[in-house]
Amino acid sequence: MRYMPHTEADRRAMLQAIGVPSVDSLFRDVPEAARLKGPVDLPPHQGELEVERAIAAMAARNLGTASAPSFLGAGAYRHHVPAAVDHLIQRGEFLTSYTPYQPEVSQGTLQYLFEFQTQVALLTGMEVANASMYDGASAASEAVVMATRVTKRDRAVLSGNLHPHYREVVATNAGLLGIALDAAPPCPDGAEDLARRIDDKTACVVVQNPGFFGQIRDFTKLAEACRARGALLIVAVTEVVSLGALKPPGEMGADIVVAEGQSLGNPLGFGGPYVGLFATREKFLRQMPGRLCGQTVDADGQRGFVLTLSTREQHIRREKATSNICTNSGLCALAFTIHLTLLGEAGFRRLAALNHARAAQLAERLEKTRGVEVVGDGFFNEFAVRLEGRKAVDVVEQLAGKRILAGVPVARLYPDRPELADLLLVAATELTTDRDIDALATALEGAR
Amino acid sequence: MSTNPHGTITGNRGLQLEEPLIFEQGADGRSGVDLPEPPKVKSRLGGLERQGAIGLPGLSEPQAIRHYTRLSQKNYAIDAGMYPLGSCTMKHNPRLNEKLVRLGGLADLHPLQPVSTVQGALELIDTLAHWLKTLTGMPAVAMSPAAGAQGELCGVMAMKAAHDAKGNSKRVRILVPESAHGTNPATAAACGYQVEAIPADARGRVDLAALKARLGPDVAGIMITNPNTCGLFENDMIEIGRAVHAAGGFFYCDGANFNAIVGRVRPGDLGIDCMHINLHKTFSTPHGGGGPGSGPVVLSAALAPYAPLPWVVHGKDGFALVEQTEGTARSATGRLKAFHGQMGMFVRALAYMMSHGADGLRQAAGDAVLNANYVLARLSDVMSAPFPGPCMHEALFDDRFLNGSGVSTLDIAKAMIDEGFHPMTMYFPLVVHGAFLIEPTESESKASLDQFIAVMRGLAERVKKGDTDHFHQAPRYTPRRRLDETQAARKPVLRWRPPAPDKQAAE
Amino acid sequence: MADRKFSKDHEWIEVDGAVGTIGITDYAQGQLGDVVFVELPEPGRKLAKGDAAAVVESVKAASEVYTPVSGEVTAGNQAIVDDPAKVNAEAEGGAWFFKVKLADPGELGGLMDRTAYDAFLKTLA
Repeated sequence: MRYMPHTEADRRAMLQAIGVPSVDSLFRDVPEAARLKGPVDLPPHQGELEVERAIAAMAARNLGTASAPSFLGAGAYRHHVPAAVDHLIQRGEFLTSYTPYQPEVSQGTLQYLFEFQTQVALLTGMEVANASMYDGASAASEAVVMATRVTKRDRAVLSGNLHPHYREVVATNAGLLGIALDAAPPCPDGAEDLARRIDDKTACVVVQNPGFFGQIRDFTKLAEACRARGALLIVAVTEVVSLGALKPPGEMGADIVVAEGQSLGNPLGFGGPYVGLFATREKFLRQMPGRLCGQTVDADGQRGFVLTLSTREQHIRREKATSNICTNSGLCALAFTIHLTLLGEAGFRRLAALNHARAAQLAERLEKTRGVEVVGDGFFNEFAVRLEGRKAVDVVEQLAGKRILAGVPVARLYPDRPELADLLLVAATELTTDRDIDALATALEGAR
Repeated sequence: MSTNPHGTITGNRGLQLEEPLIFEQGADGRSGVDLPEPPKVKSRLGGLERQGAIGLPGLSEPQAIRHYTRLSQKNYAIDAGMYPLGSCTMKHNPRLNEKLVRLGGLADLHPLQPVSTVQGALELIDTLAHWLKTLTGMPAVAMSPAAGAQGELCGVMAMKAAHDAKGNSKRVRILVPESAHGTNPATAAACGYQVEAIPADARGRVDLAALKARLGPDVAGIMITNPNTCGLFENDMIEIGRAVHAAGGFFYCDGANFNAIVGRVRPGDLGIDCMHINLHKTFSTPHGGGGPGSGPVVLSAALAPYAPLPWVVHGKDGFALVEQTEGTARSATGRLKAFHGQMGMFVRALAYMMSHGADGLRQAAGDAVLNANYVLARLSDVMSAPFPGPCMHEALFDDRFLNGSGVSTLDIAKAMIDEGFHPMTMYFPLVVHGAFLIEPTESESKASLDQFIAVMRGLAERVKKGDTDHFHQAPRYTPRRRLDETQAARKPVLRWRPPAPDKQAAE
Repeated sequence: MADRKFSKDHEWIEVDGAVGTIGITDYAQGQLGDVVFVELPEPGRKLAKGDAAAVVESVKAASEVYTPVSGEVTAGNQAIVDDPAKVNAEAEGGAWFFKVKLADPGELGGLMDRTAYDAFLKTLA
C-alpha cells in the first residue's frame, strides 16, 4: 500500500518494543464479539490508475457546465477562476496544515485570514467579519441565532425573496431553539411589505440582495423600520460578485451581512464545499459565531496574528458556546481571498460590470424571444423569466437533451406552488458568450 | 524595517521572508486579472450602483503569487513533517484525490442541474454511502452535514425527532462523559437539551455504574466518543448500549476517532444508533488550515427515517434526488445546508477508500494503533502516562513528570516547534492534568517516530536538568515567537484599516 | 473590611447598609489568568442567590460570576469593562463587579469570613 511506510520488519521491531506478539493483540479492549476477523465486504486496494479510471468514468456520465451553454445560478455561480488560485491553494503548506492554534507555525494561515476578514468587511460595508462559515445558508442560520442572542427576542421574519434552501436551514435551527419564524411567501416581482411584520418580539428580519428571483432592492427604509422596533436587519447575498456593482448592505443599514463566497475562487463542485461569509458591527463582536483572527505582537515586538476571542467557542464554553461549529471553511476562504487579491479593486469592479452587462444582453435577447417574458426590471446577473404556458421543469429537461443547461426551474425548489411552475431563473456571468445566449433563446422558442 | 531581532536590513532571515499585508502593497488601477471591456448596455441596476471605492488593493499576478508563497512558508504542514495532534488525525493527504476532484464533469457540476445530467455524481455519492455503511455496519447514512459538528447536530436532531414522533417530550437530558470534546455538550445544548456530565472511572473509561444510575425516563440519549478522547477503547460499549436502550434512550457515538478501528470494528456491532464520521480525519480529506470538513452520519433503522435532506435514492430511471420536505412524515429534521453536501470531500474520501480497499483500511487502523503504542511504550519511562496501555490510535500523557520543574505542557510544545515538530494536542482531554495527546497516524515511518521519540526524551532530560530558560524562551526559530494573546483579546484588531491620514476612506 | 464575606465560588461581598458590593477574589483572578473581557448585569435586574450575574473571560477560560446574595442590581463597575486588566491588578480592591440591594441580609450568614475562606483555599491546593 503506497500510503503506508512500514515494512514487515518495522512492524516486528515495534511490536517487540511494545512487548506484544501482534497488532491484533493491541485491540484486546474491543469486545471479542465485535472484532472482525478479516476485511469487510468491499473491494481490495487499488493503484492510482484503477482508481482514476473508476472515478473518471463516473465523471464522464455527467454533463458539466464547462461542456455546455449554462445559465444556472440560484445560489451557485460559474465564474472563471484564475490559474494562480488553484496552484496556490494546492501548496502543501496551505492544503495540509491544521487550524492555526499554534500561531508561531501558522502565521501564513493567520495572515490570510486577517486579510480575508478585512476584504469581507470592505465588500459588505461592515465593520468586522469572521474567518468564514460552512456556507451562505448556515451563515444565515447562525445570524438569526445571533440576533436572538443580541436582542433577547425569539421571532424572525424571513423575506419571500430569501433562497428557499436558506429558509429551510434557518427553519431547521430555529425549530431546535424555539425561534418562531414568520416567513413571507415567495414573490417573484420583488414587492413585499416586511416592515408591517415587525413587532416588539421581532429579533430580526432576513432579506436577500439580489433576491432569489434576481431583483435588487434598497433596504435602507426597512433597516430604519427595524431599528425603530429594536430588531436587527440581516442581509444575505448569494452572488458575492454583485457587491462589486451594488450599494453594499452596510450602507443600507444592515446589522449582519451573510454571503455565499463560492463565486470567488471556488468551483461549482456540485454544491460544496463552499464558503460562508459573516460580517457585522463592531458592537456585536462578542456575540458573533465562528473563528476570528486578530492582530497582536510577538515576544520580540513584531506584528503577528492569532486566533482570538476563542472563549466564545465550544471547546471552552461547552454547552454555553455561541455555536457548536468548530471549523471554518479554510481552504475555500483561501481560494476566495486569493482570487479577490488578484482581481483587486479595478478587476473586481470590472468583473461585476461584465456580469451585469452579459445578463443585460441575455435579458434583451429573451425579451425578444417568443413565449418568454422577463419578470421585473432591476437585476444584477440573474433574473426570472416566465415561459408562457409551459412548465419550466419540462423545458429545462428538453434543453438538457440538447446539451443546453437552461437555468434553474423555480419549481425545483418550490415544487408545491403551481403558480411558480412556469418560472425559470437564468444567470449570466463573464463566461457567457453571444453564442450561448443565441443557443438558449433559439431553443426556448422551440421548446414545449 | 531596520529594527528587527535578526539584525538584517530587511527583517528577512535567508529563506524566511517577511511579507506585508496585501493592503500595504496595493496600487490603484493595478490588477492580476485581465478581463475584457464590458459591452455597452443599458444599466438595469435601478439606481443602486455602488458609490465610491471599496478599498481593495491592486496587485499584479507575480506580486500575488509571491505574497501567498511567502505566507505559505510560514506554515507547518503534514507535507513538511510530523503533526502528532491527538484527536485531529493529521495523516497524509494523497494527491490523487486532489487531481480527481478537479476533473471536468465533477468540478464544473452545478448542484441544480437536471438530475438526468448528473447521474455519475449521484452514483459517486451512492458509492461512498455504500462504503460508509459497510464499514460501520449501519443501514443508513445522511451525507449532507458540512463537518463533524454539523454531523453531531444531525445525529442529535434525529434522536430528538424520533422521541418527538413517539410523543415523548419528557426526555430533556443528554448524558455526556466528562472527557468528551466540547462540541458534544455544545451540540446537545443547541438542540435544546440539558447536558449532564458522566464521570470517568480510574481506567479512563465511562463509569458504567454511574451511567446506569443516571439513566431514566428523563434521558433522551447518551453521546460517547469511541475510542474515547483518552485514546482508549470503551470496553463496556455493548453494555452501555443495552442499558441506554433499555431505558428508552438513543446511543450517539462520536466518530471522531473512527480511524483507530476502521476495517476492524463495525460500530453497528456495538449497538449504536448514530455516529458522525469526519471525512477529513479517517478518510484523509485535507484539513486545509481549518476546513472545509465533511461529516456524514450513519444511522440505525430506528433513526434512519429522520435523516435530513437531501437523499440519493435508486429510481426507475437511475439515481434520483429527494430534495423536498412536503408531504412526508420525514420533514421533521429538515435541511442542514444548501444543496447536497460537501461533494468535493466525497470525491476525495472515495478515492482514498478505493485506494486502500477493505484490506488497506484495516491495515491503516492497525498501523495507526501500532504507532501510538510504540510512542507510548518508548516514552512511558520518561513522561507520565495516566492510564496503562494498550492505547488505540493516540497516546496520552499528563504533566506529572513536569511537577516542580517550572516547565509546563505548553513550554514543552513550544520547544518541540524549535525541534521541527508540530506540537501534540495539549490540555485536552480535560480529565487529565496538563494533557499531552499524541496521535502519530499510520502515515509516519518508524524512522520519523524514532526521531520524534528521541526529541521527547531529550526534552524530558532537559527538564530534569533544570534548563527552564530553554523552554520559556522557545520557540526561537519560527517566523514569529510567542504571541501576545492577551493583547489580542483585550483590544481586538480584526481587520486592517488605512493609516490615519486616509481615515475618511475607511468610514 | 471586617464585614467582607466570601463564597465557595470565589466571590466576595462587602455590605454597606442595605447594599452589597460584589467582586471576585484574588485567588479567582489568579486561576483565570489575564482577564480580557467582563460583562456585567444591567442595573435593575433582579437576582436570586446563586444566579449567574456576570461573565469574566481570560484568554483561555470563561467563567460566570454568581451572586452570593439575592437582590436587585443597583450598579456595575464600568471601569473594569473598559480596562479588564484591573481585575488582575486589584481584584479585591477597586475592581468590584456590581452592587446589589440585598433582599435578605440573612443570606450573608451562609458565607465564609476571611479566616474560613483562607482555610477553604488551603483545601484546594
